[in-house]
Amino acid sequence: MKQTISVLVENQAGVLNRITGLFSRRAFNIDSLAVGVTDDPAISRITIIVDSGNSVVEQVEKQLNKLIEVIKVRTIPEDKMIGRELVLLKVNATNKTRQDIMTICDIMGAKVTDISPTSMTLELSDTPDRIDTFEAMLRPFSILEVARTGMIALQKGGGKI
Amino acid sequence: MNGAQALIESLRREGVERIFGYAGATICPAVDALREVPEIAYTLVRTEQNAGHMASGYARVSGKTGVCMVTSGPGATNLITGIATAYLDSIPMVAITGQVPSYLLGRDIFQEVDITGAVAPFSKHSYLVKDASQIPRVVREAFHIASTGRPGPVLIDIPIDIQEGRLEEFHWPEEVNIRGYKPSVRGNDLQIKRVAEAIAKARQPLICAGGGVWLAGAREELVELAETARIPVVKTMMGIGLMPTNHPLNMGMVGAHGNHCANQALAKSDLLIMVGTRAADRAITAPDEIQRRMATIHIDVDPAEIGKNMQAAVPLVGNVKVILRQLLEGGVPVTDSAAWREKLRDYRAAELSRQFPRREGYVFPGTVMRKLGGKLEDNAVVCVDVGQNQIFTCKYLPQKHGRLLTSGGLGTMGYALPAAIGVKAAQPERQTLVVCGDGSFQMAMNELAAVACAGMDLKILLFRNNTLGLVHQIQSRAPYHGPFGVALDGSPDFGKIAGAYGIPSLTVNDEDQLDGAISRFLEEPGPCLMICDVHPDVSTTD
Ligand SMILES: Cc1ncc(C[n+]2csc(CCOP(=O)(O)OP(=O)(O)O)c2C)c(N)n1
Repeated sequence: MKQTISVLVENQAGVLNRITGLFSRRAFNIDSLAVGVTDDPAISRITIIVDSGNSVVEQVEKQLNKLIEVIKVRTIPEDKMIGRELVLLKVNATNKTRQDIMTICDIMGAKVTDISPTSMTLELSDTPDRIDTFEAMLRPFSILEVARTGMIALQKGGGKI
Repeated sequence: MNGAQALIESLRREGVERIFGYAGATICPAVDALREVPEIAYTLVRTEQNAGHMASGYARVSGKTGVCMVTSGPGATNLITGIATAYLDSIPMVAITGQVPSYLLGRDIFQEVDITGAVAPFSKHSYLVKDASQIPRVVREAFHIASTGRPGPVLIDIPIDIQEGRLEEFHWPEEVNIRGYKPSVRGNDLQIKRVAEAIAKARQPLICAGGGVWLAGAREELVELAETARIPVVKTMMGIGLMPTNHPLNMGMVGAHGNHCANQALAKSDLLIMVGTRAADRAITAPDEIQRRMATIHIDVDPAEIGKNMQAAVPLVGNVKVILRQLLEGGVPVTDSAAWREKLRDYRAAELSRQFPRREGYVFPGTVMRKLGGKLEDNAVVCVDVGQNQIFTCKYLPQKHGRLLTSGGLGTMGYALPAAIGVKAAQPERQTLVVCGDGSFQMAMNELAAVACAGMDLKILLFRNNTLGLVHQIQSRAPYHGPFGVALDGSPDFGKIAGAYGIPSLTVNDEDQLDGAISRFLEEPGPCLMICDVHPDVSTTD
């Protein structure tokens, strides 16, 4: 089961290294990992998606908590979570196919960020599932390049972790 | 004041009285600053790994944080095994390494290695200092982290230009406040109540005590709990010595190489109370089975240990000493365990009266241990290496109120001699003994220099079987095809080696001579080496 762990850490050199090292050493699999600074420049938020059972996630949380630079760790429940990922996707596009691609973009709410006689670069921010769908829909047109950020997440409502 | 002086001043303020080290170019400023501070003594090791082991032995008996200091590159990489050994045994240690100039970091210059990166998997924390003014804070934090919560080694890597850099002012933080590091101390009151309830219901309760009890200084509380509630006690290798062998509630050491009666007790108990132990594979060989069969309580300072190897029904996180006090103050029920204790006493008696085999021309390690135990002082420290010598010592050396120190977690050969030197440095008057095999001894015997140099009254008992005994034993059984690559041919005359350091020695190969030999060995006024000849085919299960 995919679970989303939100981690607040000191924004210092070496922290990311410690976290990824911990995952590989303990044989925890990471689906995605996204890092960025928070409103407090001394603190970064790392959003980690792991595909594991509850006991593994509990052990991941505990091991993360043991790292000195980790300030807080929370697993965000699915129903209380707003999760988004950004994708940039470059696809082959000719005069013949451009309109079909546009239709998919319209349906999915994606934007066109760049265009050339042979390609289009599209941008979509959405849940990882919908981004998968978007990618699948474009595959028949021949995708040239994809860059995904990995999901970032916050919990719904006024509370904070 | 430069960074190096700030470092030494910070160590002095932390109450450091001794550093185990080995100098090299990039740590020279720090070593130089040490000259002017007579309050901090310095022991020169013969290889850096042993600086770690000495700091470990020092820490384990003094309760203070052990300190070692080495140069960059090969000095730092040589220290790695010392750091890993301390990490696996949760020993409070601060390791200081010199580093190449900060402005050249990352260029692979002479003697540069990324030591903070290298030790990340087996250190509690590490610092790469990039500004001399940060040194006092870093040292303060390092000692705080190393010694609180679940203790462990912390590395401070200091580039030489930072050691040489000027400090505008020396700012010593009065308090340490790390927002991501707040170890729990007190146990949850509701959980404490549940523990008391579980104890009240148990008929066949058992305490399994580990190294965490020593680390928390909770030996008395443990014994008080066992005696008050009438609960038998088994120990892991790290917890040996928490109870004297002749205590009626002591059932010995559990585990793959443990005492039969301890393992019987573990298999048949209806309530297992684990205190300061991580239930690792060597001690608890079948955690799933135990979980299925009995109620379990797990008391440990490290929340990550709870549920890692075993999912205890009642977890209790906090300082072991504080929690045991809470339990005792809340009132511990007396268990109805008379029949259970009766049964275990029979197992125990059978084990303690076990007959050991005899072989002409050799002594049996178990026999040596029994005789030795009777002659040791009440609070003696025995540092034991790794292999058969370790298993025999842990299983059969009668415990009084002293310590048994070994590398339980990593099983590092060559630990015993340097650890004992660390013990002697901390407590010169305390009777201290090394037990080792001829393989282990050859990994550390260069440290006899420290013994000779300080004229330490250290006794070294060497089991000479001319083989890597425990490996020989493993290879003698399926699926292997017999001992190979383990004969210690070419070993020196150990008596002559000791003699070269000015240390006297004696050799025993006849059990009738053992009593006399042990007495002479222990009564020798200074250091002494006793070599016991052991047959290479001896097994720890004999
Ligand atoms: C540094 C290190 N290398 C290898 C081993 C594997 N090992 C475990 S026990 C043992 C044999 C030890 O031989 P010796 O010190 O002679 O003791 P004995 O078993 O004969 O008592 C070995 C090689 C180890 N534990 N540590």
